[in-house]
Amino acid sequence: MTRYLLLLGFISAGLLSTGCARKTLSEPAPKAGAYGSALVESSGGKQVAAVGTILPQPVVVQVNDQQGNAVPGAPVAFSGPAGVTLDPVSGVTDSSGQFATNVSLGEMAGRYQITAKTVNKAQKRVELKLEEIALGYQQVLGWQLNDQYCDRCHNSESTPERVSNYDNLEVKPHPFGEGGTLNKMGDSELTAIINHGGPALNKSPLMPPYGYTLSKTEIQALISYIRAISDPPYKTPGLVYAKN
Amino acid sequence: MGLTSKFVSFWQQLFGDSVRAFGTVSLVLLISLAIAPAKNHFSEWRHYQKQYLKMIRGRGEAVTLQRHFQGDIQQVWLPELGVVDRCTTCHVGLKEASLVDVSTQPFRKHPVIPHSLDQFGCVMCHRGQGPATTVQEAHRSTLAWEQPVLPAKYIESSCGQCHRWELTGTPTLNEGRHLLTANGCVHCHTVKLPDGTTMKATDDPPSLSHIADKTSREWIFAWLKDPKAYAATATMPNFKFNDDEARDISAFLIANSTPVTGDTVGLNAKAAPDPSAGASLYGESFCASCHAVQNTAGNLVGGNVGPELTRVGSKVKPTWLQAWLRNPDTYDPETAMPHYRFNDQQVVTLAGFLQAKSDSDLLANVHLDPSTPEQIAHGKHLVTDYGCASCHEISGIKKPENFAPDLSRIGSKAVNQLIFSQGMPHTLPDYIAGKIRDPRASSPGLKMPQYTFSPAQIDSLTTALLSLNERSHSLPPALTVAGTPDSNYQPAGKAGKLMRDLACFSCHRINGHGGDMAPDLSWEGSSVQRQWLIDFLKNPNTLRPALIRRMPRFNLTDAEINELTDYIMTVYQSPAVDRDSMPLTGFSPTQVEQGRQLFYSKYACQSCHIVDPKNDKGYIGPTLTQVGSRLSSAWVYHWMKNPQALRPGTTDPNRNMSDDDARALTAFLMNQKGSAEAKKK
Ligand code: HEC
Repeated sequence: MTRYLLLLGFISAGLLSTGCARKTLSEPAPKAGAYGSALVESSGGKQVAAVGTILPQPVVVQVNDQQGNAVPGAPVAFSGPAGVTLDPVSGVTDSSGQFATNVSLGEMAGRYQITAKTVNKAQKRVELKLEEIALGYQQVLGWQLNDQYCDRCHNSESTPERVSNYDNLEVKPHPFGEGGTLNKMGDSELTAIINHGGPALNKSPLMPPYGYTLSKTEIQALISYIRAISDPPYKTPGLVYAKN
Repeated sequence: MGLTSKFVSFWQQLFGDSVRAFGTVSLVLLISLAIAPAKNHFSEWRHYQKQYLKMIRGRGEAVTLQRHFQGDIQQVWLPELGVVDRCTTCHVGLKEASLVDVSTQPFRKHPVIPHSLDQFGCVMCHRGQGPATTVQEAHRSTLAWEQPVLPAKYIESSCGQCHRWELTGTPTLNEGRHLLTANGCVHCHTVKLPDGTTMKATDDPPSLSHIADKTSREWIFAWLKDPKAYAATATMPNFKFNDDEARDISAFLIANSTPVTGDTVGLNAKAAPDPSAGASLYGESFCASCHAVQNTAGNLVGGNVGPELTRVGSKVKPTWLQAWLRNPDTYDPETAMPHYRFNDQQVVTLAGFLQAKSDSDLLANVHLDPSTPEQIAHGKHLVTDYGCASCHEISGIKKPENFAPDLSRIGSKAVNQLIFSQGMPHTLPDYIAGKIRDPRASSPGLKMPQYTFSPAQIDSLTTALLSLNERSHSLPPALTVAGTPDSNYQPAGKAGKLMRDLACFSCHRINGHGGDMAPDLSWEGSSVQRQWLIDFLKNPNTLRPALIRRMPRFNLTDAEINELTDYIMTVYQSPAVDRDSMPLTGFSPTQVEQGRQLFYSKYACQSCHIVDPKNDKGYIGPTLTQVGSRLSSAWVYHWMKNPQALRPGTTDPNRNMSDDDARALTAFLMNQKGSAEAKKK
């Protein structure tokens, strides 16, 4: 018995010491007096990735002082729900007052809240919450199909490699993240407009029909993706069961 | 009382007479009989089932759920797949649609997938121990079992066991497979695929047999030390050679190089007097369709078919560059670069422009003394030792066979056969990812070079490798979904030779062979009109306003253009479209007008296409202002009826059009001949 206890002691001591060693190695110490009063998002919020995978871009936050100037050398720590990995978890802001971490989302589809923290002069905690979205298989399929068929009209962002068609359309489509509009449409309405085009819902024919191009499964996948990324989040209408 | 007498009296108490003996034996029997049910009663899975029942009691659909619930151990048994999965014993609600809102495991509904649980079970995709009935044994590698549950980030590897080809819903797997071939991993590592073929690398490392014609020893030295310092896009990994090693390898490669006749002939012509002529020529020739250059902001602009040219002036010898631009086939008959028919002044102008793309820092600190025979010999030794000839042709050195471990079944490698580096979790995925991230971590003597993959790329590669496992090799063929590997189609005759000279296949695909940057030309002869093709080859213009990569102008002679046009028009025909079945002109004005209305109102084609450049703005599809001079009417008609039948995968949606609508639209489109002046241009 004592042998086991001893062993356990050694193991935990070892774990602790490696943990500490790593900390001192990878984390520069905060600069004395480097305190901010606000945390703002620089980039990386509202990203979408398949469950368990790393987000395409790192999450970058910036520590600002009261005047809104960036504070280099301020401590920042990230945390997230179970299953989320953050690399690195904590550190200090760089010369431009920013700190970045690579985020892998958990194993279940859904939304993950990442929290960034720093402390202000009064040693009070300052927090910033960011939301990221993990997609399951069906939603990943929809994501890919959206990229192939829909995105160039429904997304106004344009790159030289992929010029958006949004500005060319007389009637503007909604980006799929716009929950304010899309959440009001039921699954049957979405299915109808994707299958038969705009006129199916008395909307513009600039929205083409895809019922003879995409399969039923593919259209379901698109809807599932649209629901997954909507902001504010889409709430499934409760299932209705026959009373016994 | 001694110990013996104590024992004797105890014995007497239990078995002193027959009644006592009977009672005791019965008691022991009862207890031992009770052990199994008690174990069962207190087992983990029963605990979960009880929790489940408690959870559903509070729900609106409790009755339905209760009716679906089956107690005891549940099992999916699929003998032909070797699946015995008892996971559903605890994961009770996997098929209950109403449990989507439940996030506590093991009760969550399974997310939607294209396969049914009853047909595939669980471990086919998730790995783990199907027959186990405790959390530990099922999920982690306890006991002597090797197979823990697969982390979600690698789950697409399981799709890859059956699906041998690109699949829309599995971007990670697709990317991993692409990286394996595009980064040349399979030059050194053999990967035999379950269908019997061998994975082939798609990068094209240059031959080093004539390298002294092309570049200097100093450049080779700098490149060997760090390929990324020369080009951010370099796919050659870093072998971490020290200065002496780089010195000796460069000495050997220069000494071993033999000249190629005609590949270093300088020209007497003078560059164009206008200093911007080189840049213009580079732009007009659409070099950027294939080659990238880093701009001042540090972003790469251009394609990746050919090498990056940001610092090419620090690499190539001026006479070699001129000869290369005149005709690259002289130096490399297999090159993906087209043979532009530049005149001498153009060659000198373009070469001068490229030569100016140099970086004085790159070779500033490289000072090499003339090489010694020992250095050359040592260099040869290193070249052999590091397997350089696995990727590069090097005269006098044979391509090594099985230079690196075979990866055909790496996804089933037993953990006890792996050497983990310190701090690495002892699982196969962690091992593979760790090996790619830091190949020499477990021992500095290892030879695998260092790549610079992003964490996401490492996950993709690991996913692709995990799909290469025992199961993928032993699946019943009926379950596998085969791909369509590249054909080795080659066009015949004089035109075929011309097409290879122009490297058409670097960008275009024909009959299953070639690149995917430009349209597939397999049926081009059914699709276009002869005169349009002639004009296009003379002076290519882009059909899509939003496209930045374009077809270059090759400065072909009339005879060459005729040769190509004849071949394309006669050979690249679709069996489904008879080009001559419909006239190109002579549609009635009513039909044209009917087509116009269909185009703008019912089908709203202007959302993607431009017919009238003043009012239409659609950017996604090709511009149709001159479509009546470009396409055959039969092709247009069939396209209206079913675009995917003519070009699989096109995003132009199938509108399920009536014959009348298709005919009217064809009439309207064939009426778009373009203005006379636009045609002249
Ligand atoms: C050619 C451009 C175009 C493409 C491609 C396109 N859409 Fe649309 N879409 C539109 C336009 C325009 C509207 C707005 C119609 C209206 O409001 O009258 C629209 C509307 C919609 C709507 C209704 C909500 C809204 O935004 O007003 C949905 C849902 C939709 N599209 C889904 C899709 C899906 C899914 C795809 C890909 C399969 C797709 N669209 C591809 C142009 C396009």
